[in-house]
Amino acid sequence: MRIVFKTTYEADIRLFKHGAQGFWYALLLIVAIAAPFILGDFLTGEATNVLIWAICGMGLMLLVGQSGQASLGHAAFMAIGAYSCVLLESAGVPFILALPLGGIITGIAGGLFAMPVTRLHGIYLAIATLAVSVMMEDVIVLAEPLTGGVNGLMAADIEIFGINFNRYGNASGLYWLILAIAILIVLAYRNIQRSPLGRAFAAVRDSEISAQAMGINVARTKAMAFAISTFMTGIGGALMGHFAGVFNQETFNLVISINLLLMIVIGGLGTIHGAFLGAVVIGFLPQAIAFARDGLGHLFHFDSIAIPGLETGIFGTILILFILFEPLGIYGRWVKIRTYFELFPFARRDMFRRQKSYLKTERIR
Amino acid sequence: MDLLQLLISGLANGCVYGLIALGFVLIYKATEAVNFAQGDFMMLGAFLTLTFANSNELGLPFWLACILAVAVMAVVGYLVEALLIRRMFGESQIAIVILTISLGIVLRFLAGVIWGHEPQSLQSPLAGKEVRIGSLVLGFDDMTIIIVTLLLTLGLYLFFARTKIGLAMQAASQNQLAAYYMGIPVKRVHALVWALAGGVAAIAGILFAAKGTIDPSTGLLGIKASAAAIIGGFGSLPGALLGGLIIGLVEPLSSRYVAAGVSQIMPYLILLIVLIVRPHGLLSQVRAKKV
Repeated sequence: MRIVFKTTYEADIRLFKHGAQGFWYALLLIVAIAAPFILGDFLTGEATNVLIWAICGMGLMLLVGQSGQASLGHAAFMAIGAYSCVLLESAGVPFILALPLGGIITGIAGGLFAMPVTRLHGIYLAIATLAVSVMMEDVIVLAEPLTGGVNGLMAADIEIFGINFNRYGNASGLYWLILAIAILIVLAYRNIQRSPLGRAFAAVRDSEISAQAMGINVARTKAMAFAISTFMTGIGGALMGHFAGVFNQETFNLVISINLLLMIVIGGLGTIHGAFLGAVVIGFLPQAIAFARDGLGHLFHFDSIAIPGLETGIFGTILILFILFEPLGIYGRWVKIRTYFELFPFARRDMFRRQKSYLKTERIR
Repeated sequence: MDLLQLLISGLANGCVYGLIALGFVLIYKATEAVNFAQGDFMMLGAFLTLTFANSNELGLPFWLACILAVAVMAVVGYLVEALLIRRMFGESQIAIVILTISLGIVLRFLAGVIWGHEPQSLQSPLAGKEVRIGSLVLGFDDMTIIIVTLLLTLGLYLFFARTKIGLAMQAASQNQLAAYYMGIPVKRVHALVWALAGGVAAIAGILFAAKGTIDPSTGLLGIKASAAAIIGGFGSLPGALLGGLIIGLVEPLSSRYVAAGVSQIMPYLILLIVLIVRPHGLLSQVRAKKV
């Protein structure tokens, strides 16, 4: 059992709570960097995919987990990021500039979208963002001269200073590149969290009225959350576009929006870990199901059964179970286990019990 | 005349959207939760009617099949509340949104396993019959949809405004704790309204199936219906119908007078404009608290 005794303000906002935590994250970083040597090309590609999902997930996490605004439309912003990045590249901008520029364009789009809709709450906001996601698909098709319509766009290989990061030719290189981007975004996320802005996000999430009373400009804070969130998601979308090679409106459809939200809930809302754990689930679930199906087929000697949509069916079931039995997600479960061992033998089941609450209507305010 | 024809079929479409939106609003009005599986309830109701009524399936008389489907969907709604939603009592709204989205995914998957992904059509006695007034053709199916929707909206409106249980539902949503103090069995009231929403969804499903084919992805119509509910003002029953009608009318008109591709966008564009101008919908249900 370790007690961290904070004596200064700096101790409260340190990146790592104590030295051992820093050590474990350093170890994790080393494992992540060494991964391509162990995994082989195929699994490295899958891990890259997971990292890209995690980047997009962090963007949504900042919005939902930190500032408390639910968005069912983040695939639209992934699309903006991907299209603007690739279009900039085809206009001759090198990737290393096009990627952040794509992110910034997405962030501006997100901020502009947020300005009128920050007045909305809860379900109204969720459906407004849902509408954006649906519209984006059709807008991409309609704007064919720019976006290539249903034929989509082809993303050129990523090239930085003459090094080619082809998905197949240089799988580990691409993995390291995206790992580096993911780490940068994690650092940005952590720093936002401990800056005044991050505290404002949390205040707005927990109670808008008290945040306002503390002198926070609620509308501006919410719009900022949207802009930063969509910036990260736009970068994730641009990477996903490059990873897919060819993409069209289907790559960023409503299902992706919804999956993204479901993913961060499975992972654990409000934590960076949650974005990564959820991305692992989303990234490896299809493989795991296919693997289990083949395994069962071998075991019981039947031909591999093909049920269309089995994947999404299982995904939905896992989600229902998570919401019912572990609303804090995978990371929440991990915290519970860790606390059990840290406090051993003093951990009690009721430590994480949800406080009983009764809803009041949001229609009278 | 052509325009009038377009308007009538748009009205009928809008009524179906309105009926699904009605289910959204029912649950929201009484439990403050949003059921994103409402479209999938409708899809299930349509498939159940098809199973009961079609001659190559059970072949029951059409009206009996409809009543059975409504009853089964009411039971499904009740069970969903009793088994899933009740465990979430007092949890945040977004948690229930995510739960119902995943429930919708599972329901679409199950429907695909049971009924397959091929579009199927309901053998309805309404199909093909029509009344001609001059050059205007009034399909029986369109007329039935419009009449049933109007009656149902009126009935539900009176139910909420006049009956004791309807008032109890409103009270249960406004303040759960206070409702308990007043002796309202909040959980049972919630289960009842989910059953009611299941029944309404089944009716919407029957009317939808009477007009065209159904397949598991029909459930995704719920997304458009949720837009309708928001346009009308979430929590208002006439608003749900109004929103549905607006969407139903705008779709054919914009594809005729603007461009074919635009009709997909229009409902959502209207939604955004309405939300920007009136953040709580046309018939807003949000009131400032009197202190």
